[in-house]
Amino acid sequence: MALQIVDGCVNCWACEPLCPSKAIYAAIPHFLIDAKKCTECDGDYADKQCASICPVEQVIVDSQGEALNPPGSLTGIPPERWEQVRAEIQAR
Amino acid sequence: MELTVLGQSQTTAPAAGGCASSGCGSNDDQLNHLPEHIRAKVHNHPCYSEEAHHHYARMHVAVAPACNIQCHYCNRKYDCSNESRPGVVSELLTPDQAVKKVMTVAANIPQMTVLGIAGPGDPLANPERTFDTFRQLTEKAPDIKLCVSTNGLALPELVDELCKHNIDHVTMTINCVDPDIGAQIYPWIFWKNRRVYGRKGAEILIKQQQKGLQMLVDRGILVKVNSVMIPGVNDKHLEEVSKAVKAKGAFLHNVMPLIAEAEHGTFYGVMGQRGPTHDELQELQDACSGDMNMMRHCRQCRADAVGMLGEDRGDEFTMDKIEAVDVDYAAAMVKRAEVHAAIEATLAAKQQKKNETFISLSSLSIPKKESRPVLMAIATSGGGIINQHFGHAREFLIYEANAHDVRFISHRKTDLYCSGDDTCGDGESVLQKTINALKGCEVVLCSKIGYEPWGMLEEAGIMPNGEHAMEAIEDAVAAVYKEMGEKGLLDKKPETKQRATA
Repeated sequence: MALQIVDGCVNCWACEPLCPSKAIYAAIPHFLIDAKKCTECDGDYADKQCASICPVEQVIVDSQGEALNPPGSLTGIPPERWEQVRAEIQAR
Repeated sequence: MELTVLGQSQTTAPAAGGCASSGCGSNDDQLNHLPEHIRAKVHNHPCYSEEAHHHYARMHVAVAPACNIQCHYCNRKYDCSNESRPGVVSELLTPDQAVKKVMTVAANIPQMTVLGIAGPGDPLANPERTFDTFRQLTEKAPDIKLCVSTNGLALPELVDELCKHNIDHVTMTINCVDPDIGAQIYPWIFWKNRRVYGRKGAEILIKQQQKGLQMLVDRGILVKVNSVMIPGVNDKHLEEVSKAVKAKGAFLHNVMPLIAEAEHGTFYGVMGQRGPTHDELQELQDACSGDMNMMRHCRQCRADAVGMLGEDRGDEFTMDKIEAVDVDYAAAMVKRAEVHAAIEATLAAKQQKKNETFISLSSLSIPKKESRPVLMAIATSGGGIINQHFGHAREFLIYEANAHDVRFISHRKTDLYCSGDDTCGDGESVLQKTINALKGCEVVLCSKIGYEPWGMLEEAGIMPNGEHAMEAIEDAVAAVYKEMGEKGLLDKKPETKQRATA
């Protein structure tokens, strides 16, 4: 049971100090999670900390490869509403 | 490495600067009405005093990558070296590297009086890195003022730690005081170990900002408030923000235009949210100025900018260059004190001259009848003088002349926030971009101008003028305004010439 940081990470450091297990470390080309240390915050926090501050969608995934922040979750705009919202914004 | 040698470069000439309008603030310095103890705190801070920004330099160190909120105008992938806007840096520094860089720059650019931490994330979302940098600099470089720019979310819990350092000023970005508007700007915040979305998140952020602002003011820290003007979102609301932050005790309000281009990858950029026009921005700044001090000389610097406002010498001070340098800071402090004294003497002389010879347009016998105001664009490379070739200008200073006086309004960049190659933009010619940037101006004053741009400017209804080369800006603007009056050009609305379709 461990989370993973995948391609798309912008190396913003936000997750690193939050990890209760100190499982996150700087690497090239992007930060990584030590699977042996990661507890998915079990017993420490209700929400998985790295996934709660990561600013990029689909970059933190669970052991099934499922994104914890799926498309649309961080902008607040689900993909199917994207075009409509874009039209509204462009009318401003 | 090739750092400049003290005494042999223009950087030691106190009057040299990125923006060299002697007139930013000449319409009586905006700080004149402030109490003496506040003026003493801002007189050498280029971001807080219009007068100071002609003479003193600032730098930012990028030690704070993490952020605790998301703004729709920000993209957390921030390392484009061609972009000049907040939140963008080329090189992230550790606190130790930052301290070395600051001391090296301070020794080489003695006019540098202020070190700011402004990101690329939020300084207070990186408290260890930010405070470690401040702690070391307070000890090793006591002649440098420290400041910080924050979204305010973490401010209340950190305000006492912040006040332990050599900090007189804090800048807060406050875009709204209404959570419904906030929800359109901030999709989420990170709060008490959870991500909080939408209106609820905005509500917490606004509360924290207002609380933090109050706490800073209570502790005697000067607070400048930055607001990003986003048409259709908070443009109508910022007057209320201005009133609210002034009531709390902020001493300066800086309304900045939204920067949103698709290639920046921000939500607003990708979605096609437009920024304000120059006119819209100016109108809002004017409306807010009734409530409090407005700041018009802000250049929206990168989070790793170095030098005078309007210039960025960051490339001269990259870590690979700095690591090779040994700084004798004790010697540098002596030199710095001399340079600062020379600047102060220049300023004092200027102030005295201003008191003795107050030039008003009315003394130039302009017809008193209701002549309309005119905007003029100035190409200058420094010294308050019209001394730049039109084609070399990367920014123009905009002045307004009316029947009573001449005042600095703003600066406009020609290469809007990006100096990248042709792929970084929509292929519009540089000249056409420049002409678009000068929209609303009727005259361009420069030292020289080529044949082609002359024709295109005329076509666009902007009169090029090279007759006042090497003259002081305000005098030249006043003289041109007078000429326009004599030609009867000030009675009627400017001809709205059909713009060239090219």
